[in-house]
Amino acid sequence: MEGIDFGFGLSKSSSVQLDKVDLTLYRRLEALEPGVRVCMACGSCTSTCTAGPWSGMSVRKVILNLQRGKDVGRMLSCCMLCGKCTMVCPRGINTRHLILSLCRIYEKV
Amino acid sequence: MENKNVLVIGGGIAGMEAARRLLQLGCEPVIVEQSDHLGGHVAGWHKLFPDMMSAPELVEQMAAGLDGVTVYYRTRVANMNRLGSGYSVMLSNGMSLQCGAVLISTGFRLFDASKKEEYGYGVYDHVVTNSDLEAWFGGAPDDRIPDSPARVAFVHCVGSRDLKAGNPQCSKVCCMTAIKQAIEMKEKFPSAEVWCFYMDLRLFGKKYEDFYIAAQRDHGIHFVRGRVSEVSEDIHGHVVLKAEDTLAGTPVKLNADLLVLMAGMLCNDDTQGLARMVHADVDSDGFMRSRDNIYRINESNRPGIFFAGACTGTKTVPETVAEARAAALDIYNYLNGRD
Repeated sequence: MEGIDFGFGLSKSSSVQLDKVDLTLYRRLEALEPGVRVCMACGSCTSTCTAGPWSGMSVRKVILNLQRGKDVGRMLSCCMLCGKCTMVCPRGINTRHLILSLCRIYEKV
Repeated sequence: MENKNVLVIGGGIAGMEAARRLLQLGCEPVIVEQSDHLGGHVAGWHKLFPDMMSAPELVEQMAAGLDGVTVYYRTRVANMNRLGSGYSVMLSNGMSLQCGAVLISTGFRLFDASKKEEYGYGVYDHVVTNSDLEAWFGGAPDDRIPDSPARVAFVHCVGSRDLKAGNPQCSKVCCMTAIKQAIEMKEKFPSAEVWCFYMDLRLFGKKYEDFYIAAQRDHGIHFVRGRVSEVSEDIHGHVVLKAEDTLAGTPVKLNADLLVLMAGMLCNDDTQGLARMVHADVDSDGFMRSRDNIYRINESNRPGIFFAGACTGTKTVPETVAEARAAALDIYNYLNGRD
């Protein structure tokens, strides 16, 4: 049966099953930088990011993707650690420390 | 009633409405107002949502009910002490009063938008606040507003929901004010493109959502979910906004001819000084602390000290008026020995 070509395939669903998300990375980040919990996804960090428009780097997306159990390793590599995002965050999250903490977590993965 | 005198501190709409009702109940209210006019912020506003009622006309209407109320203009409370069952008050004009109760209706102050330097208020040529725009709608000239702007941008939450500005709370009226003003701009300049940059749209009140729908459907106003992180000025004098369109997940820029900053509401610093005089509590947000925030919003932790309006937190005009009426009744009952 396996070899039969029916002329169509099945696409993998992009839907995230929220109750089955693997939050291991996010929990580790929470422990190192608890500020991550108060992000309200306003996008200030991303809009002011020096690397963002060319590389897709976005602290907001990094946080959100982690909360949805996705890998963010590639995004992080584009950060230049300039710290502008930390200056503009209205919730006062130390985003620079957040990124450094994540880098440490990834080193150990 | 042993002592019918009630000191009303602040002659904005809360103080005016409370004084009018206290007068009707047989009390003798005295309004102390630091400026030279009644009506506070509302007197300088143009139109009020959701009915687009004229704000100065409302103040005029409210002032008509104040015949028989003593008003001291350009006056502050210099000192205030508990004396017997009431309060002994010294005013900056040298008058002294013995009052049975005190109503604190000192309202709010607008966040100083120049403190958010990244938005360029007071630095770039075409940046105004919600309050400036309202004054301009009311006929005051303003060189910062171009004759025929092609693009107008509104930035929500300026100095609100901002821990760095020391003001974590939502000012709650600005979302609706921005949409009201965006529609008014579109009516004045039909060919202009109008953009609102918001974090969350908080349109909680009666008919507010109707304004939002009208802004989208009838006026074609653009809404971008993203907080503007910085603004610059180009060589043509346009303001250049940077934000992230968080729904599309992409950084965006906009060249605009006019930027309107929705400055938020803060507690008056003076109110905290008043609170110290009578040992009333200040809340963690800098506003006055009510006995609770559900059932006894008008009452302080001190006997005979009552609150009305935005001194306890951000309020709309109808909320303020309703609170002022409730406070008047609370004071009347207090003076008559009823809880």
